[in-house]
Amino acid sequence: MIPALAQLPPLIASHLLLASAAMGLALLIGLPLGLLAARRPRFGSVILGAASLAQTIPGLALLALFYPLLLWLSSFVGGAIPALGFLPALLALTIYALLPILRNVVAGLGGIDPAVAQAADGVGMTPGQKLRLVEIPLAAPVAMAGIRTAAVWTIGAATLATTIGYPSLGNPIFSGLQTENWSLVLAGCLGAAGLAIAVDLLLALVERGLAKRRKLPILIGAGLLAIGLAAAFAPLLAPRQQTVVVGAKNFSEQFILARLIGARLGAAGYRVSYREGLGSAVAYRALAAGDVDVYVDYAGTLWTGAMGRTDVVPRAEMLAEMAKWMAAGPKTALVGPLGFENAYALATRPGAGIASLADLAARAPTLALGADLEFLDRPEWAAIRQAYGLRFRDQRAYNPTFMYRALASGQADVISAFSSDGRIAADHLVVLSDPKQAMPRYDAVLLASPRRARDARFLAALRPLIGAIPVEAMREANYQVDRDAGKQTPDAAATWLGRAITK
Amino acid sequence: MAEAAPALSYEAVSRLYGGAAAVDAVTLAIPAGQFVALVGTSGSGKSTLLRMANRLEAPDGGRVLRDGVDIAGRDPVEVRRATGYSFQNVGLFPHMTVAENIRLPARLAGRPPLDVAAALERVGLPADYATRMPAQLSGGEQARVGIARALGSEAKLLLMDEPFGALDPVTRDRLGRTVRDLHDRLGLTTILVTHDMAEALLLADRVVVMAGGRVVGDASPREMLAGEAGAEAAALVAVPKEQAERLRAIGG
Repeated sequence: MIPALAQLPPLIASHLLLASAAMGLALLIGLPLGLLAARRPRFGSVILGAASLAQTIPGLALLALFYPLLLWLSSFVGGAIPALGFLPALLALTIYALLPILRNVVAGLGGIDPAVAQAADGVGMTPGQKLRLVEIPLAAPVAMAGIRTAAVWTIGAATLATTIGYPSLGNPIFSGLQTENWSLVLAGCLGAAGLAIAVDLLLALVERGLAKRRKLPILIGAGLLAIGLAAAFAPLLAPRQQTVVVGAKNFSEQFILARLIGARLGAAGYRVSYREGLGSAVAYRALAAGDVDVYVDYAGTLWTGAMGRTDVVPRAEMLAEMAKWMAAGPKTALVGPLGFENAYALATRPGAGIASLADLAARAPTLALGADLEFLDRPEWAAIRQAYGLRFRDQRAYNPTFMYRALASGQADVISAFSSDGRIAADHLVVLSDPKQAMPRYDAVLLASPRRARDARFLAALRPLIGAIPVEAMREANYQVDRDAGKQTPDAAATWLGRAITK
Repeated sequence: MAEAAPALSYEAVSRLYGGAAAVDAVTLAIPAGQFVALVGTSGSGKSTLLRMANRLEAPDGGRVLRDGVDIAGRDPVEVRRATGYSFQNVGLFPHMTVAENIRLPARLAGRPPLDVAAALERVGLPADYATRMPAQLSGGEQARVGIARALGSEAKLLLMDEPFGALDPVTRDRLGRTVRDLHDRLGLTTILVTHDMAEALLLADRVVVMAGGRVVGDASPREMLAGEAGAEAAALVAVPKEQAERLRAIGG
């Protein structure tokens, strides 16, 4: 728990930064809009309806929707708008924060005693004076209650920003969920809840001061909030040290490799930050845009995804073509393959006397295939089925945990597996070779952003990793994180892996 | 010598609410220094007539003149700042102290701050009330602060819309005397809207009776009591008169 908590402070700062920026923007929009809505009830009901509608969109979906939207907008200005990270998170959270602010501003203004409003006109206030001297001070406590609600929601929803590449307290939550490391999840939750409670208490103090018309609570509440925000903003103002961003997709191997890369760059004198939990399609785009400086992807994923290729070519040719494609187009760099593959493969129990897919084809009609939920719909399955003429007695889809259990208990004789999965080693499974090379290659490759592609010191720090990680070592490291008992953090597994490969 | 223009005059003024006339072609002139009571039942149009004098409402027909000038051409905010106005619900600003409430008209007009202690003394409140909040005051005290605020405009025309409406009879009577006394001391022109004929007869120089948006009686209290102001007025006067006789009978 202690190491999990130790990684929180920079995340709290960046979380607070995002939440406060979203709140600031929501106030900037919501306060005048609320005033207008209170003055023109017809317009008000339209605006409140729209804000309520936005509220019904799940936070995760709202964040995800901003990515294609910004990408589309960005295409009009030559890619000048970042579609990942801070901006989409800011916009989604701002929309989320609007409803409680609007609603309470309207309620606060509507709750003013009509006699007081009449008196304001009677003493000869201009509309501006009426607003400043009467309406704002009287509506402030109610509006403040809405601002409190919005702040708590925003701080909670900001954890979702992790999924679009903005570091927040969602980082430990999402990576903990993936690796089933509950102390990491708990640390993230505690951080977010603590932050929300602290901000809510301070805003409550301000609200009470406004309601009782006392200055001291307002000053204390606003003062402490300002100090907190200043602390969160301070790193931005400090002279910027070179920071490199290491990206990771959302599974254990990626978390471990990111930490391994980060440790090497740290040792080379770089300041390192992490963007973890990136979607598979999002990661490469983030690299090309420079939002991420370095990450590990898999040859086949890029080949069929970003490059749009459908043919299968030998490994050396594939890597050469990828390097050429990168140099010609997006200017990212293929630093090199790490030495192992994380491909779809078929695996059996040891001692079955099957070593290759060719061996399997002869015996398949008597065997049962257990596949993960995706495998039977994937092109890899179609490719090997055709190439080897595979026909099983029975085929069933399982979730990964149950798939391994089905193999162990004999319900399944062959399973689909990722070739670097730690459970292969732990269960002493046999990974079947592919003599006809029907499966595309999924070599893990280290990629660098266009800027880092020209950074010799950066590349030199990473080069020792090229070709240095055998699949056995990667499996062992993955297993340390994935196993049920004696789980390690990705950080610890990365340290182990780093030592294992330099021996 | 030409006669001075009336402090306030209505010339065939009408005000419609949804097609029906709340005020129906009223013509009325009030000379400076007069204390006029506007009397009538609810819905007779007396409050609407009053509120057209400081442009809280605009007439649909006719003209409203202050000191001989049509106020339709003047900035409503300026007209209101040049008028003392108090009404039944008082409408003290709950987030301001008594002193801030009283000083507000002067502050809005950009005049130097008013002597709050003197303003409070005028309406019969101790000087240490200055720092209190409106919620800490009784209804009668709030009404007094409301009057002090209305006088804080230093305007010569004081409009009062049922200012004692929600008060108990003792407070009501005391406050009525205070207002009459201030009217005389400060040389004001005062229009008091009330539904209480006894109050009107006791305080005013002139009683104007309204019914159905029209003026149906306009006379001095003495003439009213003598039954010289028409049937509508006589019916209203009959109530306090008869009550007074019954009280006398009980007391012997």
